[in-house]
Amino acid sequence: MSWVDIGALDDIPAQGARVVKTATGCVAVFRTLDDQVFALDDRCPHKGGPLSEGIVHGASVACPLHNWVFDMSTGEAKGADVGQVTTYPARIENGRVLLDATRLTTRSAA
Amino acid sequence: MAQKLVVIGAGMASGRALEHLFEEAPGTYEVTLFNAEPRGNYNRIMLSPVLSGEKTYDDIVTHDDTWYAEQGVTCRFGEKVVSIDRAAKVVHGEQGDVAYDKLIIATGSTPFIIPMPGHDLKGVLAYRDLEDTNAMVAAAAKPGARAVVIGGGLLGLEAAAGLKLRGMDVTVVHIMGHLMERQLDPSAGYLLKKALEDRGITVLCEANSEQILGEDGHVRALRLKDGTELPCDILVMAVGIRPSTKLAAEAGLAVGRGIHVDDGMVTSDPDILALGECVEHNGQIFGLVAPLYDQAKVLAKTLLGEDAAYVAREVSTKLKVTGCDLFSAGDFAEGEGREDIVFRDPGRGVYKRLILEGNKLIGAVMYGDTADSNWFFGLIKDGTDVSDMRDTLIFGPGFQGGASSDPLAAVAALPLDAEICGCNGVCKGKIVEAIQAGATTLDAIKATTKASASCGTCTGLVEQVMAVTMGDAFVMPTVQPMCKCTDHTHEDVRRLIKSQQLKSMPAVMQELGWKTPDGCPSCRPALNYYLLADWPLEYKDDRQSRFVNERNHANIQKDGTYSVVPRMWGGVTTPAELRAIADAADKYNVPMVKMTGGQRIDLLGVKKEDLPAMWADLNAAGMVSGHAYTKGLRTVKTCVGTEFCRFGTQDSTGLGIKLEKMLWGSWAPHKLKLAVTGCPRNCAEATCKDIGIVCVDSGYQIGVAGAAGMDLKETELLCTVATEDEVMEIVAAFTQLYRENARYLHRVYKWVAKVGLDWCKAQVVDDLANRKALAERFELSQSVYRTDPWAEHAKPSERAKWAPIADITKEAAE
Repeated sequence: MSWVDIGALDDIPAQGARVVKTATGCVAVFRTLDDQVFALDDRCPHKGGPLSEGIVHGASVACPLHNWVFDMSTGEAKGADVGQVTTYPARIENGRVLLDATRLTTRSAA
Repeated sequence: MAQKLVVIGAGMASGRALEHLFEEAPGTYEVTLFNAEPRGNYNRIMLSPVLSGEKTYDDIVTHDDTWYAEQGVTCRFGEKVVSIDRAAKVVHGEQGDVAYDKLIIATGSTPFIIPMPGHDLKGVLAYRDLEDTNAMVAAAAKPGARAVVIGGGLLGLEAAAGLKLRGMDVTVVHIMGHLMERQLDPSAGYLLKKALEDRGITVLCEANSEQILGEDGHVRALRLKDGTELPCDILVMAVGIRPSTKLAAEAGLAVGRGIHVDDGMVTSDPDILALGECVEHNGQIFGLVAPLYDQAKVLAKTLLGEDAAYVAREVSTKLKVTGCDLFSAGDFAEGEGREDIVFRDPGRGVYKRLILEGNKLIGAVMYGDTADSNWFFGLIKDGTDVSDMRDTLIFGPGFQGGASSDPLAAVAALPLDAEICGCNGVCKGKIVEAIQAGATTLDAIKATTKASASCGTCTGLVEQVMAVTMGDAFVMPTVQPMCKCTDHTHEDVRRLIKSQQLKSMPAVMQELGWKTPDGCPSCRPALNYYLLADWPLEYKDDRQSRFVNERNHANIQKDGTYSVVPRMWGGVTTPAELRAIADAADKYNVPMVKMTGGQRIDLLGVKKEDLPAMWADLNAAGMVSGHAYTKGLRTVKTCVGTEFCRFGTQDSTGLGIKLEKMLWGSWAPHKLKLAVTGCPRNCAEATCKDIGIVCVDSGYQIGVAGAAGMDLKETELLCTVATEDEVMEIVAAFTQLYRENARYLHRVYKWVAKVGLDWCKAQVVDDLANRKALAERFELSQSVYRTDPWAEHAKPSERAKWAPIADITKEAAE
């Protein structure tokens, strides 16, 4: 693993998200009300909606386009919808948010 | 080809008849439905819980717009029928004629108003429909308000109890010696009187009303024959109903006390049928719902050419006043050959009286403990020989054969043909069958059997049947909650936010017992709106609880880009603004520039990170957000009016701009679109807006509750005023009324359908002090929200938040 610092936790609003640009598309980094962070592809498997713009509740996010809800810890769609979003390791260290760069750079090969 | 069926009156009887008709032979008839009330069918007998605040109008709607649409019914609500031409087979409505092959008259009844002096004063009400109910609720809102109810029958007492629960000081004036003399004997009447007095209601029996006294055209007091004056703000007359037969009589149909019908519910004209409270069958007229539903069944069969005959049956009565358990059925007059069995327990306030004739039970009156009423009612209806159980009869079924007095066991012991729902004639067996066929919720039982779907007093019994039949699989149901995070309804939450002074989202979730830590995408936007609408100064808008468009002040498109719509006040722009818009479109590579329906320009396909810079450019040219993305004020569309148009009657453009400058930035339960048009030619299309103003020579017609989306609906006239200032104040007050009362995501037309236009009129047209107060509260909220969000987010310090937090494309390239 190679952890890369993408910014301060305080730069992400609680119950919100920011995006990280990568060579192969955007990753949404979410912050929950209780300060957990999750990183997921910023693309809903349904119609490509930007998940980073969804309403964050608990450890879930609702896609802003058609309200599919995903469990951010697994990337799996909840309820009646079936779909999977790729998730990436993310952690907080000294108020900074770190993502696993190896996973980010190799994902397009998958 | 479908035959043409015209129905006059959308009440409970005709509603049920149509249900039967559509169920049994969909498509046989093409139906046009007239209703003098501006709405469809609702459960009129549930107005009492609406009056007391235990239910809302929404809860008691039985047929909504969707249902009528699905059945292809042409609804002419709010339109009276003027006359019937039987020779031509045409019904003349106020707004046009409709031909019929078959006609149903279901005009119901009219409350009887005692023609004593003063009966036409303002504030003298009947208790018949939603308008009456709303008028009573409105009157009760005044602190210390007093009500007099004339009539100590079922309706009068329900009105009195409801008004008392609403906080009014209530006096019931009854001409007879005891309350509900048609259903109760004097002993039960006395217990009822005592119970009502314990609740603080004053009850005067043997009281003769003489005159209603007024002041400035409004009721002030009721004077009795003995000279007593009872001061009051409203006077409710609930002294009985009269079948509404005018239309039928004028058409030359045979009419006695009611419209004469035969056993098949056909009038003296073979193509005209009638049912409900307007008819007379074998000399009998009707006021309770159960026989009406029987008639509906028969009428539907007759229409389909099947043989059916209406047979009058025993009816029972329960009073829908929470906490007053009262039941009566059958005949309880004393007479030769009749014997009574009476049980009294003064300590518990229990009174039971059974009336026997020969070996049979013919009547029952119970007060305070009515648990066994259905069993007794069954004995009366079936004419069961009770001689064997006479010794213990009064103690109920628990003592006939040693069954326990556990209510569930009593229900379990009921035979399958025991009647559970009196209104709809549903027996236990039918409910059990429905459960076995998969109806496992109360709603499903209601839908499949109609049990407890009318007055609702048997709901508990139906639930017990479900519990007995389903065992542990049965869970007591609750009302439709706001979302899965809470058991409270939207209405409850709005009320509690105000009454418990909850001023933050955590306070709401904590105090109201939210089941999730921070809500869901359904409740959070609603709560955010309720809080900011109710506490404009204290509560701070929570961006993270808003949908993407409102959070980002632009409309998200399917590809994740946004559309930007600058405000054009009243649809008026300038060459300089147009140049700035063109420049912005060039600078940010806008792929499409389009006119909106709200008279402004939409720049589509803008990237999120470009939004703040683009807004700054538009701000620099004097433009602000058009809020094309909000549940709030969108646009005020105008025509050119007197400024240029040769037909214009007023300065519609100027007024539109003034309105938009007053309203912009305000949040609302849903989007709010206005228009001002300069003459009735209506170029600005004002008559399908949430609020639409039509200028005329003499002033301004303010219409509300139009729609031009999923539903299409013309505005209804709120009022006509002479000056622009009045328009401004009324629009502000009406907007605030909507903001304070509507449920989140209800457009104005949906909300007005719920609360009634008359209620709105009373609030913002008739009551000047209230209008002013509403407009002031709107202005207070606008002191916070009448700002440009674009300017806020375009500040240099804010811009970084709109761009990616990091760019690691380089790392990825390695």
